[in-house]
Amino acid sequence: MSIIVKKVAQLIAGLIFLYGIYIIVHGHLTPGGGFAGGALIAGAYILVILANGSDAIKLKKEEVGSSLSESVSILVVLMMAVAGFFIGAKVFFNNYLPTGKMGELISAGAIPLYNIFIGIEVAAALLTIFLALIIYKEEIEE
Amino acid sequence: MNSLIPLFIIIPLATAFIIPIIGKITNYFAKIIVPVVLLILCFFSINLLISGNQESYVIGNWQPINDIPIGINLVLDGFSNLILCVISLIGFLVSFYSYSYIRKYSSENNFYALFCLMIAGMNGVVLSGDLFNLFVFLEISVLASYALVAFGVGKHELEASFKYQVLGNIASFLILFSIALLYWQTKTLNIADISGLLKIGDNSALLTFTQIILITGFGLKAAIIPFHAWLPDAHSSAPSPVSAMLSGVLIKAIGVYVLIRLFFSMFIFTHEIALLITILGTLSMIIGSLLAINQNDIKRLLAYSSISQIGYIILGIGIGMMVLSSGGEKSIAILAIGGSLFHLVNHSVFKGLLFLGAGAIEYRTNTRDMNQLGGLAENMPITSTTSLGASMSISGIPPFNGFFSKLIIIIAAIQAEFYLLAFLAVIISIITLAYFLKFQKSVFYGKNQNYKNIKEVPFTMSFSMIILVILCLGLSILAIPSIREIVLDQAVNSLINIDEYINLVIK
Amino acid sequence: MIVYILCFILFLVGLYGLITRRNLIKIVISLSIMEFSIFILLVLIGYIDGGIAPIITGLESNPTYVDPLPQAMVLTAIVIGLATTAMLMAIAIRLYRKYRTFDIREIKNLKG
Repeated sequence: MSIIVKKVAQLIAGLIFLYGIYIIVHGHLTPGGGFAGGALIAGAYILVILANGSDAIKLKKEEVGSSLSESVSILVVLMMAVAGFFIGAKVFFNNYLPTGKMGELISAGAIPLYNIFIGIEVAAALLTIFLALIIYKEEIEE
Repeated sequence: MNSLIPLFIIIPLATAFIIPIIGKITNYFAKIIVPVVLLILCFFSINLLISGNQESYVIGNWQPINDIPIGINLVLDGFSNLILCVISLIGFLVSFYSYSYIRKYSSENNFYALFCLMIAGMNGVVLSGDLFNLFVFLEISVLASYALVAFGVGKHELEASFKYQVLGNIASFLILFSIALLYWQTKTLNIADISGLLKIGDNSALLTFTQIILITGFGLKAAIIPFHAWLPDAHSSAPSPVSAMLSGVLIKAIGVYVLIRLFFSMFIFTHEIALLITILGTLSMIIGSLLAINQNDIKRLLAYSSISQIGYIILGIGIGMMVLSSGGEKSIAILAIGGSLFHLVNHSVFKGLLFLGAGAIEYRTNTRDMNQLGGLAENMPITSTTSLGASMSISGIPPFNGFFSKLIIIIAAIQAEFYLLAFLAVIISIITLAYFLKFQKSVFYGKNQNYKNIKEVPFTMSFSMIILVILCLGLSILAIPSIREIVLDQAVNSLINIDEYINLVIK
Repeated sequence: MIVYILCFILFLVGLYGLITRRNLIKIVISLSIMEFSIFILLVLIGYIDGGIAPIITGLESNPTYVDPLPQAMVLTAIVIGLATTAMLMAIAIRLYRKYRTFDIREIKNLKG
């Protein structure tokens, strides 16, 4: 890709990343949430990779990292859900944190936490899929 | 509310995601943890089955408002408990068998992670009390199975997996479409709630249309005959432990189970629907076995015979539905449905065993072609004996379990005065015996110089097969009334008495 | 009513593509089209005339919301659709590697 595309992609990727974080953090107040925000974050990474070409970054290493963070974040979500067995009403997926006042950023109990980890999970998963397909493609060309 | 039912979903799911993390350090973690976890689940589910526990679990403590359930329900009744037992039992034996078998593939950790994901999905389908979660768990398990079918990444595996995925996706769309239609008509997704609402409403054309779409969707998943095209390819191309899992459990948990559950607990079936299901069952029974005769590939033969045996299960259910919908005697319906559930359990045991045996043959000889094989009985006594037991069982030779379940279905058909169906069931049983004799003769007996120095398979593989052949004999005791009452009658009762299921969810 | 019919036509477009196209990638695209027609149907089912987005802001007095449940269902179904499409693509690319073609007429070792 030309220098213009690379520069613009670098500039925009940061903004997209921030917007993704905004969507994730406000998931319990506005439309969006973990999945939409995570997709945006993955999009930022994918944009940089597409602009710079896949050989600019050590992709195998990236894939290991993203698949690892995917597994870890889904385990965290699961552990938070299982924690409901021991706290409060003792039910799976119990919302055990204080729910706070409606409309504020820190409210709705455990739901923002779920959103954050689901966001990480979705971003990592989409990135893993993308990288896996790229790696397959490179193997074909060899 | 201190029940532990969600553990059936949590534990396999957590295992599936722990494996890629710890698997980076050692390969042995996955190989040991998966059988252990499934063994624990197996004991847990058998314990629940014997105690006769029935309950509904509300996730996240979203209690019903004005008797309208608003949260996600997990429902455990006799029928789902029976299937849970089968899933964890076969899953345990298959994962134990895979210990040596899966060594020839490169990424063992991925295999075990996908395997756990599939188990979690199936447990979710069986426990789920509302339609949409059922769909989500169904997709989880079939996605894992798509990947597992293509696990060998050879030409055949990939092609079979692609075909399986295209047809499986169409089935998923149809299921989602019918869920959308049901939501349109009732504005709720909870199975018990829909059941209550449909009872009041009349049997409109839209409802019949929804039922047909549902039968098509789940028929595609269960590979009933007009929708069977993917099954022989997918089940024969997959690695053998996966074939045992797919044929033994998956098509029952996500196809037959859901069909039975929805038609007994949710819809009020009409006589036409009952007739349709009986015809589909009869067709699969006949055509599956006729197609199986001409196969030369061991696993393709087994795959076609799966279609035929699924036909028996559907036939029994269909007879029960026909009797119930035409207002016949309830005892005949109980006999027919009990027989077909019995056959469902039996089929997962012996078909699992047969696929594991086929895997053992492939493991030592690297071929599945019956024309090349022969004379393996001398050097592989365990494989040969267990496989003989399973063949006897599937074709209905008396001391084995297959005889009793087929007998019950045939007796029910005669009592309900469907003499033609009873006659066909007997004939197909004889045809089944014919092609399994062909299988036995061409693989294990006769003389073949190529396979003189073949050794018996390793202990982990033979252990699973021995346990399964003991189960083949042992499950015959389910025909004894006092034992049947504990295991099968609970399941049948939870199906026949619709109100029981509704009362469980809406207290 | 017209939107439901359009939705059905979209489904048929996908089905037509699935049946007539010979290219693996085009088959995957056709499947996606079929899938999205069902998603649109689901969203349509939840629509109420004059309804607004189901977000509680406290500004409106006595508002009419559209049904939020089908929207949540569609979001979940989109995630599943993403996974199935990625899986299909991965298998299609692997198949290309084995056969050096995307044409299904040349990929027919199994008899069905």
